[in-house]
Amino acid sequence: MTPLLRFPPALACAALVCLPGCRQEMDVQPKLLPNGPASGFPQNAANRSLPAGTIARGDVVADDLAHAPPPVTLALVERGRQRFDVFCAPCHGRAGDGEGMIVERGFPKPPSYLETRLVAAPADHFFDVITYGYGAMYSYAARVPAADRWAIIAYVRALQVSQRADLAAKVTAGGPP
Amino acid sequence: MPQVFKPKANTLSWLIMAGIVVVPLAVALFGIVYEHSANATRVDLVRDQPVPFSHKHHVGDGGIDCRYCHSSVETSAVAGVPPTETCMTCHSELWTSAAMLAPVRRSLSANAPIRWTRVHDLPDYVYFDHSIHIAKGVGCTTCHGEVETMPLMRKAHTLTMGWCLDCHRAPEKYLRPLDRVFATDWSPPPDQITQGVRLVQAYHIEVDHLADCSVCHR
Repeated sequence: MTPLLRFPPALACAALVCLPGCRQEMDVQPKLLPNGPASGFPQNAANRSLPAGTIARGDVVADDLAHAPPPVTLALVERGRQRFDVFCAPCHGRAGDGEGMIVERGFPKPPSYLETRLVAAPADHFFDVITYGYGAMYSYAARVPAADRWAIIAYVRALQVSQRADLAAKVTAGGPP
Repeated sequence: MPQVFKPKANTLSWLIMAGIVVVPLAVALFGIVYEHSANATRVDLVRDQPVPFSHKHHVGDGGIDCRYCHSSVETSAVAGVPPTETCMTCHSELWTSAAMLAPVRRSLSANAPIRWTRVHDLPDYVYFDHSIHIAKGVGCTTCHGEVETMPLMRKAHTLTMGWCLDCHRAPEKYLRPLDRVFATDWSPPPDQITQGVRLVQAYHIEVDHLADCSVCHR
């Protein structure tokens, strides 16, 4: 008999000391978690990409939206400003002049929204650029859903108006200064 | 007949009796202290990552919004670890030959996700949902700390159940206006409790049921 077994209290204490070593299995359960690994699946990832040729639930609605810009309301423009500041401003700048922080770091400078060409461009053009990308710009379709694309376009229009506003004309016309 | 117990048995029996009381107490105390130590909670512990991604560089210096990369944080339980394509939105043009970013380029060409080491890892029986916290005015920095100052990601808070309950029992201590949720420079105003109580009502938060087991556990 070892000395430890001769004294039950000592044995109990030794068992207590070992308790923290127990791994609670509920902490790490055998289930798949978002962004986690999934052995047995391609890429060993729990997040699955769509099989080729399938359409995700909701995508048809999104596709319909692509051809149906919502009515422009103040709420839409405000949503557009918020999304613009998150996803577009890093390169296009908060004022839409193409002087964003990432451009300062060396990213190719995008055109200013105030260019005559882009002021004249139809809304569809902006929608397509957000959806598919353009030049050095990647597609933002995965991060900016169709409804938000229209909101951003409404805000870009607001930027175009505000940045090109003729203050003197506004004052003579009796508008707000 | 010789003595069964020698004099030193007295000492031993006293030691054992004392030990029965002292040792479990000491073990319990050690357990409590260890549970709160950085070793167990992993607070401020920097983990090895395939790429030494700096939130300070991207958020603090570059001014990129949290949602640019964690784009599902407002609509889903998980904030979303960005796909490699998101990194390449900028890094297809910037630092294109940097050795530090080699794993990113490898990930893109091999179409294999980058394997980050999780810094904020809750037990699997906790069903945390980012979107509801965002919608009810809990800001990013309230739980994640001043991420915009962290060159390497680390946990700012313990994320223990007691820590969660601190807010679930009295959310007015931490809530902010919705337009400040993603602000990295927000700090509680002097009248935070007054503001917070107002926000609790405005957001229709039922504090009475916020600490129910089923809120976080299924």
